[in-house]
This record gives sequence, C-alpha cells and structure tokens, in this order.
Amino acid sequence: MQYMLLIYAADGAGPAPNTPEFGAMMQGYMKFNEEVNAAGIFVAGEPLQGSETATTVKVRDGNTQTTDGPFAETREVLGGYYRLNCKDLDEALSWAAKIPTADYGSIEVRPIMELPG
Amino acid sequence: MIKTASTHQAVEQIVRNEWGRVLAALIARVRDFEIAEDALQDALIAALDSWPKNGLPDSPAAWLLAAAKRKAIDRFRRNKTALDKSPELQAMAELEQQAAEYEPDTDMAPAIEDERLRLIFTCCHPALPEPSRVALTLKSITGMTTPEIARSFLTNTETMAQRLVRAKRKIKATNIPYVIPGPELWPERLKSVLAVIYLVFNEGYAASEGEELIRQDLCSEAIRLGRLLHNLMPRECEVSGLLALMQLHASRQKARRGKNGELITLEHQNRNIWDQELIKSGSSLLITTLTMATGKGSLGPYQIQAAISAVHAGAATYDATNWQEITLLYEKLYAFQPTPVVQLNAAVALSFARGAEAGLAAIEGLCSEKDMAKYQPYHATRADMLRRAGRYNDAAAAYNVAIELSANRSERAFLQQRLAELKDGGKSSVN
Repeated sequence: MQYMLLIYAADGAGPAPNTPEFGAMMQGYMKFNEEVNAAGIFVAGEPLQGSETATTVKVRDGNTQTTDGPFAETREVLGGYYRLNCKDLDEALSWAAKIPTADYGSIEVRPIMELPG
Repeated sequence: MIKTASTHQAVEQIVRNEWGRVLAALIARVRDFEIAEDALQDALIAALDSWPKNGLPDSPAAWLLAAAKRKAIDRFRRNKTALDKSPELQAMAELEQQAAEYEPDTDMAPAIEDERLRLIFTCCHPALPEPSRVALTLKSITGMTTPEIARSFLTNTETMAQRLVRAKRKIKATNIPYVIPGPELWPERLKSVLAVIYLVFNEGYAASEGEELIRQDLCSEAIRLGRLLHNLMPRECEVSGLLALMQLHASRQKARRGKNGELITLEHQNRNIWDQELIKSGSSLLITTLTMATGKGSLGPYQIQAAISAVHAGAATYDATNWQEITLLYEKLYAFQPTPVVQLNAAVALSFARGAEAGLAAIEGLCSEKDMAKYQPYHATRADMLRRAGRYNDAAAAYNVAIELSANRSERAFLQQRLAELKDGGKSSVN
C-alpha cells in the first residue's frame, strides 16, 4: 500500500541555514533517503519552496479565484513529502518518525487512494 | 437428538460466553470487522439448524469459528471487488488453508487468546480517536452489542454505531495491521491499551444508580482483559500494576453503595464486606511486581495507584489508615502525572496525615487552575477539609458549589446530607 508522508512545520521553526544544526538536519535527510531507497519502498519525494511562494486557486460558480498564500492560514505549512510503499500503517508511521523534520514539525500520514482499473 | 428448546438455550449461553472470543479470533483471521461480524451471524444461523439434528459439538466455540470462517470465504467470493486488494486475498488464502486443516477436537483456547491480544492492539491503535478505541475494544473483544456499549457510555445507539463504523473504516483504509507490535513500540502502544482497559473499568466503577448491572459487567470485562494481557506479558510491570489496581478497587464494589444506591465513601464503608479474595490476589500480584519493577527501574503510575489502594485495603479502619505512606505514594504518582487531580488527592492524604489545615494549604494554589472551578470533586474535597477545620460558613458555601456541580443523584444526596449535618453542627455549637 502506498502512503503519503506530508511534512509540516512552522515557517522558520527548523535550524537556520549555515548553522551546524542545519548541516546535521540535511545529513539526516540524506540518510533517510538512502534508507528508504535501500528498503526498496521509495516511490517519490520532494521538498517544496516556502509557503511565501504559494498561490491558491479555487473555482466558484465557474469563476476562478486566485489568492496569494497557502489555502489555510495555519502556523504549520506543508514543506515537502515522501511517497512510500509500505506493508501497513505501522511501517509508514515508523518511517514518518525518522524524517528529521518530525523533531520539531509534524508528519501527516495518509494512504494513497487506490483507483479501480 | 436434543430438544430444540434446550439447543436454543445452549446457543444463547454460547453467544453470551463465547461470542467475544470467537469474534475476536475471526476478525484477527479475516482482517475485516464487517465481514467477520456478518460471517459469525451466518454461522449462528447454521448452528441453530445443525445442532438440533446432529447434537451439540464438543467445542461449540470451535465449531462456530470453523463455520464462520467458511461463511467468511463465501462472503469474500461474493464480494469480488474486495479481492482486488492484496490483504483480503491473502486473508482468504490463509482462511482456506485453515478451514482445510480444521479439526473439531483441537483445543483452540490458547490460539484464540493470542488473537484477542493482537486485536486489542489493533482496536487501541493510537491512529484511532480514543472514544472509538474503547468502543471498538468492547465490541470486538468482549462481544458487547452496540446498544449495550452505547448505554454504558450514556450515549445513543446511533452515535455509537457511527463511531464504530468510522473506526472500522479507518482501520481498513489505512491498513492498520493485526499484530502485537514489537517491544520498541510498547512504550506508546501499551500505554494506549492500558488506558483503554482502565477507562472501561472506570466506566463500570463510577456507575450511578439504575445503571449498575450493565456497568458492573464493564468492570469484569476490564479485569478479564487485564488478566489476558498480564498472562501474555507477565514481565511488563505496568500491565501487572493495572491488573492489581483493578482487583483492589473491585474488592470494594459491594461496599460502595448503600441500600438506595447512594454512594458510600471509603470512610463509611463496611470493611467486612470487602472482597478478601480480590484483595489477596491484587496485593500479592502487586508485591511481586514492585519487587521486579524496582530492580528494572520500571515503576509506573498504575503500580503506584495500586499501592495506594493496597494501603487502604490493609487498614482495619479508616482511622487506622497509614496516611503518611499514602501521602508519599501520591508524591511519587505526581512525578509521573503532574495533574491537578493528583495534587488534589495528595492534599486529601496530607490532610489526614497532618491535619485539615495542611490539606487546605496544599490545595490553595489549585483554585486558579482553569478546570478546577468546574471540577466537582475539588469543591467536595475542599468543603470536607473546611468542615474538619471547623470553618463551617466556608464549608457550607463549598458544599453548595459541589452540590450544584454534581451530575449524580446519589452523590448529590450524600453532599446534601453532609451540608445538613453541618448546619446541625453549626447550630449546636452556637447553642
């Protein structure tokens, strides 16, 4: 079963760039990438640019409304994702706990909907 | 051949005693709550048809389980779309294998117990909302019906049914596994399982009048679940601690209610009707556990609460209670659970160890806690301490707040009686 691991954190909550902590976090991500590849469960995964680059689109009564910013003004914003092939929720949760951002942000885990045919 | 009436009776008996065990075993094998429940219903109908003709099988539970497995396979076959998903396909292959190997005389009790434990971990998975964990555990492990569960949690059947459906859907949609998680996950998972079992127990223990019968079942079910968990994890100290705690609490069950169902506090309970068997088994389990826990550094809140209960159980009278010991235990408990409620209980112990004024001083800071203003036991406790300190006017005011906040008729009656005594006492002191 495929799971989406959505990585949320408050803007500026993680270590600042050019600090030793930031280096350690990046190493953590590299290690995580190696591990999911070695386990053969990696499907996809990318970081997103900051929430200040977000634009939200919705269509109401046929009219397109475009607004600046993420769709909901929450403190924690989506920063990236992994899509992994896991045998069950427990396996997906244990990988989620290994994502470095889990140390200060939150990882939302959701199964990918399987479409028939 | 046996008479239909007695067969019906036998089947009813089995439904009462075995339903939960058979259902749990079936869910664990079928890995689909709905198909398991429907298949067991099918099997029951088959039993009512077959048993009068062929006689009762040696192990009706094993017969039902085997029949239900075949019915589940039928249901999987009919439900072709479900077969596209691999977990169901796998479950079906395993089921067919098991059905082929079925031997009616096999003692399946150990296997069933093992599967119930697996299922508890699924039902108490932290990915499910807590009220659903409790309901799902009762439904699939103990075999209580949805209306029974709804009644015991003072909600309507529809709400409870919806809660159960949502939980089952999430288990299926997210593929929550049917396994006992590895020990590395126990700190989080076991905590959830123990919390659910204790919640079930407390729902039964805190029953108000008119609901006692159904709700005392909850106490027995919780103890059964606790024992099941303890048998499979005898070295987990908090598991043993919880079992001991429930046994020690349950020992006072009969003494906690007066003739009219009114609540009787520890102080006024008839200690002669405390269940000595439960006290003995709870205390001896606790002693073994505490010895083990001290060596391993795995002391925990359930063990400490059990120890507090054991100190009470060992006192011949209320006045003979070792309040010094209880105060110390509450301090230990506070280190694990730094909550206002624990602080309140610690203050009660202190008030008996060192006087009502000491107790009042200990709860002084609590009145600013936001949840305390509406927390009935806080006001009842404060009223009692004020009464004992001889501050009758303040006590009367506190009793009135406590009475207003009380949701339980017998509790309210008790507080009103105390308030009336206080007024008498006040008058006589004036006279």
